[in-house]
Amino acid sequence: MSVLSRSIPKHRLSLRQQDARIAWLLILPSLIVILGVTLWPILSTFILSFFNAPTGINQTRTFIGLDNYTQLIADRTFWETIGRTFYFTVVSVSIELVLGLAIAQLIHSHPWGWQFIRFSLIIPWAVPTIVNGAMWRWIYNADFGALNGLLMQLGLIKHYVPWLTLPEAAMNLVILADVWHTMPFVALILQSALATLPAELDEAAAVDGANAFQRFWQIRLPLLRPAILVALIVRTVDAFRVFDIAYIITAGGPAFKTVTITYLTYLNTFTFGKQGTGAALSFLISIFTILMAFIFIRFLYRPEETQ
Amino acid sequence: MRSFNRPIWILLAVALVSSLVGCTAPAATTAPAAPAATQPPVAPAAANPVTIHVLTMDQAGLKPAEIDQIVKEFEAKNPDIKVVMEYVSYDNVHDKIVTGMAAKPPAYDAAMIDVIWPDEFIKAGYLLDVTDRVTPQMKSDMFPASWNGVTRNGKVYGMPWIMDVKYFMYNKDMLEKAGISAPPKTWEELVAQAKTIKDKGIVEYPIIWSWNQKEGVVCDYAVLLYGNGGAFLDSNGKPAFNDDKGVQVLTWMKKSIDDGLTNPSSVSSDENAVEANFLAGKSAFAVNWLFQYSDSTDASKSQIVGKAAFAPMPVFDAGAKAGVKGSSVDGSSSFAIMATSPYADQTWKFLTYIASNDVQSRYSAEMLPVWQTDFQGDSLEKLKAATPTNPVTVPAFLSQFPYANERPTVPYYNEGSAALQLAIQEALTGVKSPKQALDDAAAKWVELAKK
Amino acid sequence: MRSRKLINKIFLFLLTLPVLFFIFAPLLWLFSASLSTQVELFTVPIHWIPQHPTLNNYLDIIFPSGAAASVPRTFGVAILNSLKIASAVTLICIGLGSLAAYALVRIPFKLNRVIQVGILGTRMIPEVSLVIPLFIIASSLQLVNKPIVLIIAYMTFALPYAIWMMAAFFQTVPVELEEAARLDGCSRLGILWRVVMPISIPGLVSTAMFIFLLAWDEFFYALIFTSTLAAKTAPVAIAEFVGRYVTNVNGMMAGGILAALPPVILGIIFQRYIVSGMTAGAVKG
Repeated sequence: MSVLSRSIPKHRLSLRQQDARIAWLLILPSLIVILGVTLWPILSTFILSFFNAPTGINQTRTFIGLDNYTQLIADRTFWETIGRTFYFTVVSVSIELVLGLAIAQLIHSHPWGWQFIRFSLIIPWAVPTIVNGAMWRWIYNADFGALNGLLMQLGLIKHYVPWLTLPEAAMNLVILADVWHTMPFVALILQSALATLPAELDEAAAVDGANAFQRFWQIRLPLLRPAILVALIVRTVDAFRVFDIAYIITAGGPAFKTVTITYLTYLNTFTFGKQGTGAALSFLISIFTILMAFIFIRFLYRPEETQ
Repeated sequence: MRSFNRPIWILLAVALVSSLVGCTAPAATTAPAAPAATQPPVAPAAANPVTIHVLTMDQAGLKPAEIDQIVKEFEAKNPDIKVVMEYVSYDNVHDKIVTGMAAKPPAYDAAMIDVIWPDEFIKAGYLLDVTDRVTPQMKSDMFPASWNGVTRNGKVYGMPWIMDVKYFMYNKDMLEKAGISAPPKTWEELVAQAKTIKDKGIVEYPIIWSWNQKEGVVCDYAVLLYGNGGAFLDSNGKPAFNDDKGVQVLTWMKKSIDDGLTNPSSVSSDENAVEANFLAGKSAFAVNWLFQYSDSTDASKSQIVGKAAFAPMPVFDAGAKAGVKGSSVDGSSSFAIMATSPYADQTWKFLTYIASNDVQSRYSAEMLPVWQTDFQGDSLEKLKAATPTNPVTVPAFLSQFPYANERPTVPYYNEGSAALQLAIQEALTGVKSPKQALDDAAAKWVELAKK
Repeated sequence: MRSRKLINKIFLFLLTLPVLFFIFAPLLWLFSASLSTQVELFTVPIHWIPQHPTLNNYLDIIFPSGAAASVPRTFGVAILNSLKIASAVTLICIGLGSLAAYALVRIPFKLNRVIQVGILGTRMIPEVSLVIPLFIIASSLQLVNKPIVLIIAYMTFALPYAIWMMAAFFQTVPVELEEAARLDGCSRLGILWRVVMPISIPGLVSTAMFIFLLAWDEFFYALIFTSTLAAKTAPVAIAEFVGRYVTNVNGMMAGGILAALPPVILGIIFQRYIVSGMTAGAVKG
């Protein structure tokens, strides 16, 4: 999104001013809506993060400066939750990228019925999150779930396993549900990008003797970099802030093992009645996501490459 | 370049103004130390109909269609009051109350309160003190225990609505097949009977519990803890659940899984899953709320129609020796008026109506009344005859309810319960020893009590 | 050579099978569960295809009768609400957002960068944190339990998202085209209307689909702001199948399929646009 940087001849200055006015005209409605709806909530939450604010009507709000923040940073649960959230983000996004790339390449090779696959990819992505969550929760059900049924019939397990109670397994199962839902998005982006790569490059490399793997790794992959990075940044920021799916499938359990950082914010604000802490958490989350987005943009922003 | 600045200021001004529109209300809530609201603001005399908003959960006791019916009756008798009911699933009631109370006037005039919430809500100033509105007749004719859920320090904060406890149910068929003549009276007997049933190959895991990381596990733990003569808090309000008796209970729970008697999926099961398991004929013993029995007689849900039966909740040997005659846990809910509601009088009128003897006895098929007069003499016979399941459930209720224990009535209960749920899960999954887990939870309770 | 190509083709085709399984297996199971009775769902060993299939779960929702439980009966209304709200949000976001996106990407003016960053920044705050302040505002304006409240609340994340996406698409419109139009005497607005918009239709459709999905999907705000029939959305209704102790699993699965239909159908219809839209955005993005 870089500003158009062409040199403008001097006699067009007034045009530029006119242009700027039109720009404001175009932007104003959106800006009013966005600011109108977010300014007060964000400000009030920010201010609240400096207070001790137990939920309640007759509760006093005492100003405690940075205490909410320092308490959080000193709290082991906070860091464990950040760790879990990072685990979720890294694993989830990595799998989505690898799988997405593989499927994109598969479609690109035009096997029989490739249009059908591309068409079907839309479906998991279009299924609402809560339906996705409910569906997977039922699949993971300890007594009657499809996962147990399948594994049992394949002879891989002897007894039904209460999957969602196993601390190590639970997070990975939530990741699986998330991957199923969002990997199509990544696959579609990458497949579209692949489709626009000039075929001649590929053919030239083939003539030069490069095999399929080399062609993929050294020619196509680098050209896909912009698309990959777009997918990466969007997915990472969203994965870090995940809430709905953990809420629906495991409600944070077992033993807190699927509590993500946004879930922790929810718990503090609503369940524990500590709104000041909840507000502080929100801003810590924002700082983390801004940092991550910033880091990615640093790597993403190579306008020269996109041509 | 200066001309570019003006749009910015206009813009900021517009944005600020538009967000200030919502600011007048929030400004009030950010002001510290509003006086404790026991006196609700006085509402103008109702010349026009007053609309009150009531929040409750669906799928509990009466169906929404039935409650709507009761609302219509009430509105017909009170043309100056309109009632708008909101139905949400249980899991969301608490959050909606918290958000609703942030607004002025509050989003709800009354809400359904689970038995474990009053302390938190009273501390937050959400609930209206209605001690003076309760008539002596209500106090005497309703079950005294039904007022437990809403009374603190002698003050009453709500109207009883649904009383429920956990019941011990078993599969008659399976016990017969195993040659067991009577259901167990102690948990130790239960273990022996379960072993027999397992060894005879009748079911793989004879017992199923709701031990997943939700409130349900604390309910089960409460049943067992009190059955062992233990308690959550001692007389000084300090945690007592990590003493010998508490640790014994948790150890017993883990052992029953390790011995293959309790279904390992109990660790991820809620009451819903317990019912599903029991009704599918996969267990012989299941502890659950009342709904499990009526569902067991429904062929579209149950494979064990006619085979489920009640028995008094067992206790531990040690508890029996210490004089504990029965143990269960209270899972009741009531309606409370929100303290900042401007229509307290009208709302109380509505609550009185919906909880009245007349209304409750007409709908007794869906939920047992809170009026003990309905359980006496002729009314008792009438009640028993009201539905096909009542002849069984009414006596079970009468015999189990007196032993219902309350979970701790402390304002930090939500967080405390979360810590206890975590501790029990950690012990059951072998992450910590029972003693370690409970000690850690107790430490957390001490910390919470200080705040 | 020919057989080698054939072997390749067969090999590739075989690779597609696990992918198709991965995509469809959970969906087929969802569908199968929606045709089952509760008793059948709670049977072991598992019945992949219901032995006693029933349409009751769907009928309870589509043709509600008084006898059915309350949640299925009111489900249809929730779906309609979702349709209303998601459509309104999409229209507003595309309408307002496209204008803003174009201005941000093509018109140089002071504060351009600042606004871009600011808009991106609003996406960083988790929605959970804004709920209570937003609720206070909504409540004081007496908007709770009205569809408009969700439409407005969704603007907090939908509009920035839309602007960001469309900005990326507009960037791919060749500048030369705009320059040519300018030389022909077109005003800035004229360029936008006659040159940029028509070319960007795939991008706009793609964005519209994203926003529609985003709004349809949203759960937490809907939960807190709406619970009456007037405004309750599909995700909230689905969550209500989970009772205090009992979950109506088969009903929930049927409701899930119905709630998934509108976005899925839209996705399939506009599939071509979405894919070509993504091409433009992603490659040059």
